[in-house]
Amino acid sequence: MTPLARKRLDKVTLNTLGVLVFVVATFPVYWMVSTAFKANDQIFTTDFIPFPTHFTFEHVQRVLSEGVAGHSIWLYMRNSAIVALGTILIGAVFALLSATAVARFRFKGRTPFLALLLVVQMIPAEALVIPLFLSVKRLGLYDQLLGLIVTQVALTLPFGIWMLRTFVAAVPKSLEEAAWIDGAGRFTTFWKVLFPLVAPGLVATSIFSFITAWNELIMSLYLISDPTKYTMPVALQYFFGQKGTDWGAIMASSTMMTIPVVIFFLVVQRRMVSGLVAGAVKG
Amino acid sequence: MTNTSTLSRGGGRSSDPGPRRPRPPRKAGGLPAWSIPYVLLIPGLLVIGALLLYPLIQMAIIAFQKVGLVQISGKKPATWVGLDNFTSFVDNDIFWSSLRNTVVFAVIAVPLTLVLGTAVGVLLHRLGKKMSLFVIIGIMFAWAVPPVAQGVIWRWLFDAEAGIVNWALNLLPDWLSTALFGRADWTGEPWLNDAWSIYMVLVICVVWAGFPFVAVSVLAGLKGVPAELYEAARVDGAAPWRTFWKITFPLLKPVFAVLTVLSIIWDFKVFSQLYVLAGTSNREAYNLSMYAVTEAFKAPPKMGSGAAIALVLTVILLIVTAAYIRQMFKQEDT
Repeated sequence: MTPLARKRLDKVTLNTLGVLVFVVATFPVYWMVSTAFKANDQIFTTDFIPFPTHFTFEHVQRVLSEGVAGHSIWLYMRNSAIVALGTILIGAVFALLSATAVARFRFKGRTPFLALLLVVQMIPAEALVIPLFLSVKRLGLYDQLLGLIVTQVALTLPFGIWMLRTFVAAVPKSLEEAAWIDGAGRFTTFWKVLFPLVAPGLVATSIFSFITAWNELIMSLYLISDPTKYTMPVALQYFFGQKGTDWGAIMASSTMMTIPVVIFFLVVQRRMVSGLVAGAVKG
Repeated sequence: MTNTSTLSRGGGRSSDPGPRRPRPPRKAGGLPAWSIPYVLLIPGLLVIGALLLYPLIQMAIIAFQKVGLVQISGKKPATWVGLDNFTSFVDNDIFWSSLRNTVVFAVIAVPLTLVLGTAVGVLLHRLGKKMSLFVIIGIMFAWAVPPVAQGVIWRWLFDAEAGIVNWALNLLPDWLSTALFGRADWTGEPWLNDAWSIYMVLVICVVWAGFPFVAVSVLAGLKGVPAELYEAARVDGAAPWRTFWKITFPLLKPVFAVLTVLSIIWDFKVFSQLYVLAGTSNREAYNLSMYAVTEAFKAPPKMGSGAAIALVLTVILLIVTAAYIRQMFKQEDT
């Protein structure tokens, strides 16, 4: 074989493998979405129906009107959105302050604090949920979305600080010094110079926290018992407790839960990767 | 006298360097400079202390107590039971099967995720620009699916009656299927009844969702490796396999170390997917996470016993994390 032919063959093999990886990664997601739009006789069959030939919105309509556990899926979507947004609003402020401290100052206790950030990320939520349940009950936050928000802030903050500090460190210090020399105070320097430059990193970090809070199951499962306060993950698993599994409704709901996350992933794709890798790998 | 105002505006101010005097850095909002990082850390430390460390300590305390319904409602204080919660594990089959499930699952899922992810990362590096982006977007979908939805999807794919996996297995020629598995008809095969097959599905699910992160991290690492090194290897006629072990692997060792430890931590804690795939009624399929919370929250609640199981899991993770932190600070150059 000539080197050129060999090279072409290599290229064909590589591209074939690439397509294979693409199919393996996306097919299960495609199957969820397509099931959500299939009529029941095409869902409950032992045949393979690659795409819905009778495209239907009946499952989407059903989960929006009847829903599950007596309430529309919208309610659970709304609850999840409230929890996730509340988490990032509080979390962003806290993370930015701490990230600025570790990225801009050398002080006694900095290294222990960084080590602490890593250690607390290891703590399993299964271990925290027992004492948090007792505390939340005592504080009257049981069955309250606020109680969930507080726990989600705690679960997302350590990684948020860890990730955001690399973005703060990336802003050249000379910019702040220039503002300093021009007579700007500490707060003005922070707000007018550092903040706008860190804002993209803050968005990426917040999106990461949003996704974590949006997906979280354990806390929602055990700190909430009132169905009107259920979040999406709890509502989704609730389907299986019912008699006869309504796959169309489940797939419609899980598609609705997945869409915001996929959009976020695609929007911040590049930054997500670099942020995660920089935060998790390069330190 | 119209000139005066112009003079005072133009001449007087701009020639005076007065307002450009730099501020003394020591005083800012009345705080001494050394205290500023500490002040900035206060909110973060409060959250970590009150909502992560304090509950962690409480959990360790509860593990040595009996906390049931009366104690939760506050009618009685928690009673100390010493090591009872732990000694009861000794002849508790569910504890040992949960521990075994947790460890065996991680031992299988972690290497599979890493190997597959690395292979895809190397592939992405060798693909053309457009094709590489296409595949990255594809694997992003698997990565982006929320864990609960992952469980839902794979539970549907492995459904006994209408699942596509059984349909695909029915496609195998009868003689082959019989020779391999001893059966030809797969319709109705209940994959999610026995612990071993539940965990097989869980491994597939977790590897499917976990490999994209590894692939993308490896790709990021590979982009930092100078192209000349590969050029030189090619000129020397090194086989791709050798190139990987002699160049890629040693250079990306820190990346692999962190990815390994992160995967171990994530896979030891796997919960959402298992919760959806197996439910809480199948006790043989519990892992430590599931066992801890069901023990603590099922009726009647046994919070002490649940906390003891959670403590075992936490200690295992703590040991793994120690390795992780050592690796992180080895790389820390700032």
